[in-house]
Amino acid sequence: MGSGFRRNDGGIETVIRPSLLRCLTVLCMTLLLAVACTRKQDGREVVTFWVMGYEGQVVAQLIPEFERLHPGIKVRLQQLPWLSAHEKLLTAFAGDSLPDVSPIGNTWIPEFIALGAIEPLDAQLAATPGFDVADYFPGIWDSGRADGVTYAVPWYVETRLPFYRTDILAEAGVTQPPQSWDEWRTAMAAVKREVGPGRYAILLPLNEFEPLLSLAIQQPEPMLRDGGRYGNFRSQGFRDALGFYQEMFKQEWAPVLTNNQISNVWDEFGNGMFSYYVSGPWNIARFKERLPPAQQGDWMTMPLPGPDGPGASLANGTSFVVFRSSRHKQAAWTLIDYLSTPQVQARFHALTGNLPPRRSPWRTPALANDVHARAFREQLERAVPTPKVPEWERIASEIGLVGEQVANGRMSVDEAATELDRRADKILEKRRWMLDQAAQGASP
Amino acid sequence: MKAATAGWVFAAPALLVIVLFFGLPVLAALALSLTDFDIYALADLDNLRFVGLDNYVGLLQNPLFWKSLGNTLYFVAVGVPLSIAMSLGAAVLLHSRLARFKPFFRTAFFAPVVTTVVAVAVIWRYLFHTRYGLVNWGLSWVGIDPVDWLGDPNWAMPTIILFAVWKNFGYNMIIFLAGLQSIPEDLYEAARIDGAGRWKQFRHITLPMLGPVLLLVAILTMAGYFQLFAEPYVMTQGGPLESTKSVLYLMYEEGFKWWNLGNASAVAFLLFLLMAATTSGLLWLARRRGIE
Repeated sequence: MGSGFRRNDGGIETVIRPSLLRCLTVLCMTLLLAVACTRKQDGREVVTFWVMGYEGQVVAQLIPEFERLHPGIKVRLQQLPWLSAHEKLLTAFAGDSLPDVSPIGNTWIPEFIALGAIEPLDAQLAATPGFDVADYFPGIWDSGRADGVTYAVPWYVETRLPFYRTDILAEAGVTQPPQSWDEWRTAMAAVKREVGPGRYAILLPLNEFEPLLSLAIQQPEPMLRDGGRYGNFRSQGFRDALGFYQEMFKQEWAPVLTNNQISNVWDEFGNGMFSYYVSGPWNIARFKERLPPAQQGDWMTMPLPGPDGPGASLANGTSFVVFRSSRHKQAAWTLIDYLSTPQVQARFHALTGNLPPRRSPWRTPALANDVHARAFREQLERAVPTPKVPEWERIASEIGLVGEQVANGRMSVDEAATELDRRADKILEKRRWMLDQAAQGASP
Repeated sequence: MKAATAGWVFAAPALLVIVLFFGLPVLAALALSLTDFDIYALADLDNLRFVGLDNYVGLLQNPLFWKSLGNTLYFVAVGVPLSIAMSLGAAVLLHSRLARFKPFFRTAFFAPVVTTVVAVAVIWRYLFHTRYGLVNWGLSWVGIDPVDWLGDPNWAMPTIILFAVWKNFGYNMIIFLAGLQSIPEDLYEAARIDGAGRWKQFRHITLPMLGPVLLLVAILTMAGYFQLFAEPYVMTQGGPLESTKSVLYLMYEEGFKWWNLGNASAVAFLLFLLMAATTSGLLWLARRRGIE
C-alpha cells in the first residue's frame, strides 16, 4: 500500500525529482562507461562476470591470481544481490546486456535454456583435457544438463538434510541416526514423549517448500510426467511423501509454524524447541557461530532418511553458464575452468564455507576433518536434480502452499495431490503448446 | 495566434509528457493484458499468443484471485474507517484548547508516517511475537492467553490492519487539523450559547464543516489501502494460508516473480476498475448528500 500514500504527499515534486536523478545517473553511468572503455585499451580481453550475494565479495580475492596466470584476460566483476538477481538477468536478456559469464541458481538453468540465452559447453569441455567431469557428484553435474547437452558447470552445491540435537536424542534413547522413514518416525515419537507439549521433535518451516520437496524427490516416480507436460503428483510415491509430511504435523512432532514466527531459529534450536531441523549447508557456519561454546558438542548433521534406507535429496546450488550473446566465450571458459580447479575450490570453501560440487576438494584436511560437513558429503552422492522445466520454481512454490494446507489439516493427502496436479497442469499449459508447436514444426 | 492555440502550445510539453509516459504505457499494458506474455515470449515473440479476455476469465475463475480480493476488501472495509476515526480523534484531541505539548504530540503522531515500512515492520514482528512479544506479555497480565498474531490465519489480517493504521493515521491527522483550524470559532460560541454540549457541537458543527476534508481523506485513504502490498510483503509474505495476500501482492507475484506479464496486467486492470468504481461510488454518495 505504501506507494499510494507516498504518491499523495509529495505531489509533482516527488514525481519529477527521481526522474531527474535517474537522468543524471544514466548520464554519469554513460560517462563512466566511456571512461571504462577507453581504459580497456591495455590490450587485454575483458570478461564481464556477474556474481550474486556474499560469494560476489569473496570471489574478488580469487581473481588477481587468475589474471596473473592469464595475462591476456581482465575480469570485470560485478556483484548483485540475490533478491533481485533473477529479475536483473531477465531484464538484461531483454535488453541484450547480459554479462559473459555468471553463476546462476541451478533451478534457473532450464529457464535460460528455454530463452536460448546460454551456450552449450560440450565443445569446451572436450577441448580441456584436464577437466575431470567424473570427479563431480553425478546428480549435481546432471542439473546443468538437458537433452544430453551440458549447459552449466556447478560452482558450489547445496542440499537439504537434518541438523539434530545429539543430547536430546540421547536422552530420548535414540543412539543411532535413523536411516529410514520408519526409524525416523520411532525417533521423533521418542523425542516428543521426552520433551512433552510445547516442544517438538522437528522443525519444518511452512514457508519453505524444500523440506517437503526433499522427501518427494526420494520417490522413484518423477514429479512431472510425459516430458514435463503434466503434473504427476497423484503418483503413489508423492502421496507417500505427503502422507509422511502430514503425519509429522498430525502427531505434533512438528509445530505448525513458518520461519517468520520464530524470531531466531538458532536460539530455538539451542533452547531445544525442536531436535531435528531440515536445512542447508550454510547453517553449519551459523550454528558454530550462534550456539554458545557449551552447546557446540550437542549438535550434528545426518543424511536425510529415505522411505527404506538412506534417501536422496535436492541438488541445488549455483552453476556457471556462458551466455550466448558473449563475444568472449573462450576467455569466459578459461575463467570457469580456473574457478573449478580443486585447489581453487578448496580455497573458495575456506573463504565461504560453501560446499564444492566435486569429490577431490573434499579430500583436503579442512573438509575431510569437518564432522558437520561429513553428512553432506555422503548426501551429495545421492543428490537428485528437480524436474527440468522452466516453470519448476512456480510449481515448487505451489507444492509449498498446498503442503501448508495439509499441515494445517485443511486438505487431505488425496485432495492435495489432485489439487497440485490441477495447478501444475495449468502452469504447464504454455509449455505443452510450445512442445506441440515444435513437434508440428519438425514433422512437415 | 488565437488564444486557444496559444493555450494548446503552452500545454503541449506537459501533455506530451503525459501521453508519452502515462498514456502509452497504460495502453501498452492493456494490450499486454490481452496476451499471454511470459518468458517464452521474451525469448521469441513468435511464442506470444493473443488470448483475448482469457486472462480476465482465468482470473475470475481463480480461487486465489477471489481470496486476495476478499483479503483486500477486508483490509479496506475495516482499515479505512478505523484509520479515519483514529486520525479524526487524534486531530480533535490535539486541536482541543485543553491539550498540552501540542507540537510534541503532533510530531509523535506523525513520526510513524515518515519511518520506513521495513524497519518498523521488523519491530512490530517482535512486538507481536507469540512467545516473546511485548503484546502477548501485556495480555498475560490481564489473564488473556497468548495469541498467535501473525501465524493464525484469523489474526494475521487484523494485525496487519493495526500496523497499517498506526503507520498512516498521522498523515490524515495533519489534514484534519488543518480542516479543524479553518472552522470559525464563532460557530462553536453560538452553539454553546444555544446550550449544545460537546458531543452535539462535534456532531452538528465539526463534522458538517469537515465534510469536504472527510471526503478527500476518505478517497485518498481508500486509494492507498486498496494498494496494500508492503505490509504483508514484509511481515507475512502473504501467509499464513494466504490470509494476507492482497490483489497487488498477487500482481507482483504474477508479474515479477513468475514473469507472466500478461496475467499481471490483467490483475492490475481489474484492480483499477474496482478502485475507479468505489471512488465514483463515494463521490456519488457525497454529491447526493450535498458535500463537495
